[in-house]
Amino acid sequence: MNTASQRYSGPAIAAHWIIALLILAAWPLGAYMHELPLSPTKLKLYSYHKWIGITVLLLFVPRILWRITHRPPAALPMPAWQHKIAEGTHHLLYLLMVLVPLSGWLMSSAKGFQTVYFGVLPLPDLVAKSEELGDLLKEVHEALNFGLLLLVGLHVAGALKHHVIDRDATLRRMLPFGK
Amino acid sequence: MNIRFIALPAAVLLAAGTAQAVEFNQVDAGKSTLAFSSKQMGVPVPGNFKRFTSQISFDPAKPTAAHTTLEIDLASIDAGSKDANDEVVGKQWFNVKAFPTAKFVSTSVRALGGNKYEASGKMTIKGQTRDVVAPFTFKQEGASGVFDGGFVLKRMDYGIGEGPWADVSAVANEIDIKFHVVANAAPTKK
Repeated sequence: MNTASQRYSGPAIAAHWIIALLILAAWPLGAYMHELPLSPTKLKLYSYHKWIGITVLLLFVPRILWRITHRPPAALPMPAWQHKIAEGTHHLLYLLMVLVPLSGWLMSSAKGFQTVYFGVLPLPDLVAKSEELGDLLKEVHEALNFGLLLLVGLHVAGALKHHVIDRDATLRRMLPFGK
Repeated sequence: MNIRFIALPAAVLLAAGTAQAVEFNQVDAGKSTLAFSSKQMGVPVPGNFKRFTSQISFDPAKPTAAHTTLEIDLASIDAGSKDANDEVVGKQWFNVKAFPTAKFVSTSVRALGGNKYEASGKMTIKGQTRDVVAPFTFKQEGASGVFDGGFVLKRMDYGIGEGPWADVSAVANEIDIKFHVVANAAPTKK
């Protein structure tokens, strides 16, 4: 196996970091905006947050297709339990990459606000306006985000552990400009 | 009531021995709706007013003699969410404490052909009066006349949404107004 094949493929690396940055942008926006009193700024932040979420949802499609059709490099040597946790975390991260934006989209519809991507492309309202459903989906969206936060924390801790303690190439091979 | 608006043209028509004139002037508030749609960041947000009173006198045989007034209880607004409802009655929007109602009074009605008509009039909101032209259709359904129409209201013409809300990139200036008024024919007179 040569060094190059041990790195993740270019598209996999690009998708990883673009989605990571989008999630890191959507989180503080989401946490901040819903406390604001109604104002034009609030309307704008909500829209930006939704557009970011829908972008994650859209990018997930090519990402998962690429992942299915391209084997990632084999895991570096590590105890079996660590490998299991890493794999489980990856699968759950993929799952939440879909469920978090999807729950936000549904919640927006239930609250009576259609999601219009970049203010020009209206997405269908998959559920009708309903106060109870809106409140429920808000809880769901929040809970899923705490789950995502936890998983991302675990994911980052694992990557840093490999890099700093094990001193292996696990993190390096996902870095955009590594060799 | 508003029968006086139509008494004269009706009398003229009857005296001229034309086909029987039917006068629609008993507004059925329960069947009439006044809806609007604003655009917030490109998102159409529907709303409506739950309470309004309107007087209409409309004879399809003599549309130019038609007349209408509409008075809207602005506090009865449903702007799509509780937050929005609390906000729009406030000073920067409708300021309902100082201006509880909006009013439209027609000045002329003209026939556009077919079942299409156009009402011109004065709209007063928040102390500002502007000319409004509202195309509408008229359909007779049994003993009822159904008026459907709408127009685009520019909220900034009336100072609806001042201060930070004057930012029309967040809430568009153009508000789509749609009215649906059902009016019954007056009891027949000889």
